[in-house]
Amino acid sequence: MAWFRKPKYTTIPVTQRKSEIAEGLWVKCKDCGEMIYKKDWEDNLKVCPECNYHFRLSLQERITTVLDNDSLQEDDTDISPTDFLDFTDSKSYKERLKIAQDKTELNDAVITGTGTIDGHKIVLGILDFNFMGGSMGSVVGEKLTRAIEKAISAKLPLIIISSSGGARMQEGIMSLMQMAKTASAIARLDTSDTLFISVLTDPTTGGVTASFASLGDIIISETKALIGFAGPRVIEQTINQQLPKGFQRAEFMLEHGLIDMVVSRKELKNTLAQLLDLLD
Amino acid sequence: MENIYLDFERPIEELENKIIELTNEGKTGLDVSNQIKKLEEQANILRNKIFSHLTPWQVTQLARHPQRPGTTDYIANIFTNFIELHGDRRYADDPAIIAGIASLDEQTVFIIGHQKGKDTKTNLRYNFGMPHPEGYRKAGRVMKLAEKFKKPLLTFIDTPGAYPGIGAEERGQGDAIAQNLFTMSQLKTQIIVTIIGEGGSGGALAIGVGDKILMLENAVYSVISPEGCAAILWEDKKKVDSAAATLRLTAKNLLELEVIDEIIPEPVGGAHRNIDEICRTLKKGLSKSLSELQKHNSSTIVLKRYKKFRKMGQFIEKNIDNEEKI
Repeated sequence: MAWFRKPKYTTIPVTQRKSEIAEGLWVKCKDCGEMIYKKDWEDNLKVCPECNYHFRLSLQERITTVLDNDSLQEDDTDISPTDFLDFTDSKSYKERLKIAQDKTELNDAVITGTGTIDGHKIVLGILDFNFMGGSMGSVVGEKLTRAIEKAISAKLPLIIISSSGGARMQEGIMSLMQMAKTASAIARLDTSDTLFISVLTDPTTGGVTASFASLGDIIISETKALIGFAGPRVIEQTINQQLPKGFQRAEFMLEHGLIDMVVSRKELKNTLAQLLDLLD
Repeated sequence: MENIYLDFERPIEELENKIIELTNEGKTGLDVSNQIKKLEEQANILRNKIFSHLTPWQVTQLARHPQRPGTTDYIANIFTNFIELHGDRRYADDPAIIAGIASLDEQTVFIIGHQKGKDTKTNLRYNFGMPHPEGYRKAGRVMKLAEKFKKPLLTFIDTPGAYPGIGAEERGQGDAIAQNLFTMSQLKTQIIVTIIGEGGSGGALAIGVGDKILMLENAVYSVISPEGCAAILWEDKKKVDSAAATLRLTAKNLLELEVIDEIIPEPVGGAHRNIDEICRTLKKGLSKSLSELQKHNSSTIVLKRYKKFRKMGQFIEKNIDNEEKI
């Protein structure tokens, strides 16, 4: 039945092949502009070998760089957001959610669960900037609060890895209240002598910085991550002048005494493991 | 002081000016009392009509009215024996937050409130009511004093938001706000929060975690200003009307969402039209809330406060009603 056998070679239309070569093999560093060979870049955990700029990771990539293989057991996967304010700006919140859900295959901007880091069992929360800028609405607030409560009751260390533009405007005041809710849960965790390590990645700003993310017993920031309360654009517009170079970067935060350490992506898992060794 | 009218109050302004003119004419010997009476009646009807149908954006403008009473007005009219406390013991004293001790009738209470100015000079002094980290840290210090001396803490919210500036970032604006949320949530004393004017996002919430949340009728409380929201989401700064409506930032909206507990009614035309009246009403509201809260011991209060904020948020969970699962 040779007639039906799959051909050995398939042809790719020329236009597609061209763009794949241009975009597929090389990546341009967003900071120094260097062209990086994609495979090297991926092997380097998406860090520019020239200037050490840390590209943003997807949630899945973050999980694989921090947790032991296949150790994640997700919790509360059935919680999804709802447009309770019937919020419509240039797009409706429903539409924005749909787009974000299709893009990320997540219900909302966070996953929570348990996992291990070098064998240490922990409760974990990771925010995903790809889902509406990692913004915190009711689902993010609720899932993180449950994770915090689980860390308390199971007496497990808590690690939250943040990347977020802040509160989710489309949930109005309720998103603001998630700051109070998560910070209250962390305050409770504090009274139970449970360890909380807050990891800040690019970018962490607004209501997330002004709540749980700043309340870690230990606060770690990834190299060159943008960390701050007000966004740089808002500050520039308010003070009407250009911001100094390096302003609100992880190194700036370290210099001003606001975080414990700046850690590169490659070292993050080891650093967490070492801390867990010492404190768990 | 001469009243400052907002755009939507122009018809009221015209009538009130006419009344003033007539009153002046009356002083020259003409009998105009009937005309004045008629105009007063008209003005009343007009005021009631306009103020019973305010749009959320109009309420926002009232909440920011330059003559609107602020924390210092309430301190002066509701409390006695006020002693102001200054400084965060770390960096500076931030005038955008006022803190101190006072008597509410016979009881000693601690007070923390944002302070805006009423003209350019005072606005510059108070930085338009936008605190720096040192302001929040002063507040945090005074919260702990209230706990130490087992006195109720009363806070008054009136800010466009925490100040977005270089110094504020260098000194940890995010940390300062987060620490206050942390402190307030576990504070072993009664906390009554009143939103008196503008409740601007995290900068407001930083003194806003309490057991009872009161809100003046024409105050607003929001995650972002209508201007900011319009600029970001509509990409059009002029869409403030729609943004204000969509954000659900009025007292009535927030009571429905169960983010606040009680609305303090204002005089027709807004709190600034009758400061004595709003102070009397607010004082009653504060005293009532306080006596309710004082029925519980401090550990019950902390637990109830935790649950109050714990249940905030709306989402869908398969097979489980989120209202029930706390």
